[in-house]
Amino acid sequence: MFSLDVMFWLLAVSSIAGAIAVVSMDDVFWSALCLVVTFLSIAGLFVLLNAEFLAAVQVLIYVGAITILVIFAIMITRNFQEGSTSNGFQIISKITIGLLLICMTFALTSTDWNQWSDYDLRVTPGESTVGLSATEEGIRNVFSDTTPILANLLLKDFVLPFEAASILLLAAIIGALVMVQERNR
Amino acid sequence: MNLENFLLLSAVIFCIGLYGAVTKRNIITVLMCIELMFNAVNIAAVAMSRYIIPRDIADNLGAVESQIATALEANGQLTDTVLPTLLTGQVFSIFIVTVAAAEIALGLGIVIAIYRNRDTVDITEINMMKG
Repeated sequence: MFSLDVMFWLLAVSSIAGAIAVVSMDDVFWSALCLVVTFLSIAGLFVLLNAEFLAAVQVLIYVGAITILVIFAIMITRNFQEGSTSNGFQIISKITIGLLLICMTFALTSTDWNQWSDYDLRVTPGESTVGLSATEEGIRNVFSDTTPILANLLLKDFVLPFEAASILLLAAIIGALVMVQERNR
Repeated sequence: MNLENFLLLSAVIFCIGLYGAVTKRNIITVLMCIELMFNAVNIAAVAMSRYIIPRDIADNLGAVESQIATALEANGQLTDTVLPTLLTGQVFSIFIVTVAAAEIALGLGIVIAIYRNRDTVDITEINMMKG
């Protein structure tokens, strides 16, 4: 559909612009703010991909928590004279990463993905959106309400990794506290 | 807006993040670029789970279709259909976000500890393990 495509291109351009700004800004503080632009654009892309829960998680954890942490760390360690300079590997890493990007582009455009659009799926109930093909509309209906099913998946099939993730977070909190605390010797 | 667009976007953001992580001297910028790379991988995982049809579902698409239609008409809940299989990519993304949160917390803890001891955040000057 027209407006979905426009939204995709707007979000893609703003996320790439934000990412480039993160890398090219001289001031670390400004690049942390540009990181917020990228994270919010990626949350919008998740909404376009029918992953609303993940979009909310993105906003809460990345925009809310990680950026605040990064900004606090920048304020503690800020060095106004130096800024965010680059080391001497710029040219060689530009060439290498450009080659990597070309390889990845070639690989993912020439792969024959087994996509839904290659098949004829018809799922009638649900809201109909003007301008979509029958299969695309069926897929949008299938992915219409994913959050309860994600909850089911996380607490049934993936309950062991889920608990392991909570232990990991606890260990990370304690480890960060131990490393940051002042030592009075 | 199709799978290739999303994967290309993911590749571009990943490469920008990789470039920053390799060339920058400030540790905090390097950590931010690693977060960019995590996000690029998340986009790829979610796009794959949204657009790609697994082989075993494609082989009996008719049964899947009627199953989904019945579930939508009965109660609107797709828990017992193929949807949980399709959403595995999103579950992986949630775990990636968790690991990224733990990583940034520990990384910034290390940064602040190093700044206290050495008074610098320049990774080219942090070489105390150099022989």
